[in-house]
Amino acid sequence: MSDTKKFLYINRKAPYGTIYAWESLEVVLIGAAFEQDVSLAFMDDGVYQLMKGQDTSAIGMKNFSPTYAALGDYEITKIFVEKESLEERGLTLDDLQHLVWEDEDEDWAEKDSIRLVSRAELGDVMAEQDVLFNF
Amino acid sequence: MSMLHLVNKSPYENNNVSTASSTMRSDDVMLLIEDAVYAAVKGGKASTMLEGHKVSVLGPDLAARGIAEDKLASDVDVIDYAGFVDLVESNDKVQSWL
Amino acid sequence: MKLTIQINEGPYQHQSADSAYFFAKAALDKGHEIFRIFFYHDGVNNGTRLTTPPQDDRNIVSRWTELAQEHDIDMVLCVAAAQRRGIVDDGEAERNGKDATNIAPGFRISGLGQLVEGGIQSDRLVVFGD
Repeated sequence: MSDTKKFLYINRKAPYGTIYAWESLEVVLIGAAFEQDVSLAFMDDGVYQLMKGQDTSAIGMKNFSPTYAALGDYEITKIFVEKESLEERGLTLDDLQHLVWEDEDEDWAEKDSIRLVSRAELGDVMAEQDVLFNF
Repeated sequence: MSMLHLVNKSPYENNNVSTASSTMRSDDVMLLIEDAVYAAVKGGKASTMLEGHKVSVLGPDLAARGIAEDKLASDVDVIDYAGFVDLVESNDKVQSWL
Repeated sequence: MKLTIQINEGPYQHQSADSAYFFAKAALDKGHEIFRIFFYHDGVNNGTRLTTPPQDDRNIVSRWTELAQEHDIDMVLCVAAAQRRGIVDDGEAERNGKDATNIAPGFRISGLGQLVEGGIQSDRLVVFGD
């Protein structure tokens, strides 16, 4: 399949303060239909997108954080979270949503989607891609 | 598999130059455009983040901001828009640090 | 080389539309092909013909129109982003019951799939934004 490319969507902005996070997620969902080899990366303020317990009821905006939990259903199973960005912000993986996907080849076993990587490792992941999407 | 890292924000405003420089691999190139050109000024605190990397700066954005080429850190290449296109072509992909 | 260019910011507020324009022109001058220019987020504001800058300033919108017409470039405004920001063509006006249109010549409104397709079909995706 020479027309399958490796796509990495790089998320570096916090949600709600600006629309970038939400509109990037819209591209990811639409893009899933194109059957490319898709990964997502969250670094810098982008890690805030995955925070647990988001409640937007008092700011009049749609809470789109549940959508991340549905990414597994779109066959998006590789979600890279950068370790340094979490640590700088006083966060750990426990502060983030637990994202999983079901592996059809292993009797629908539930597997973690999030892979914690260092900045250097994320640089290697970026280097392996064909196309980098930035928002 | 080299990458062009495109940065457009002043290093004195946000961390994009720093994030880009710490993510770059040895074959990669950084191109400073728009307000990121301030990162290349010699003696500026941010210029140390460029050390050891291949760095180009967009000449039209330097000129617009009144930065003469002799104010730049010595190992920085000044290019025009045609050179920008060449960098996009000579690297396998482009990462825009927005 | 075949390029797709993505523009995330509106005209005038940020330099990104200007940088993208000069980059596109330089690429065309060198004989490269622009597969598509995709306007996303506030970038859809590059496509309103109602823009009226002062006479001594550049007209970013008509500059895009001229570039597209001269080089037959596909310029796409994201439909979801355009609907949010009130950029309307005939089809959108009819579908959403609007009493006017404001899309500039040379632009069309279409889905996000056009950006993804740009990523698949092009040798390089270059993103300009804030």
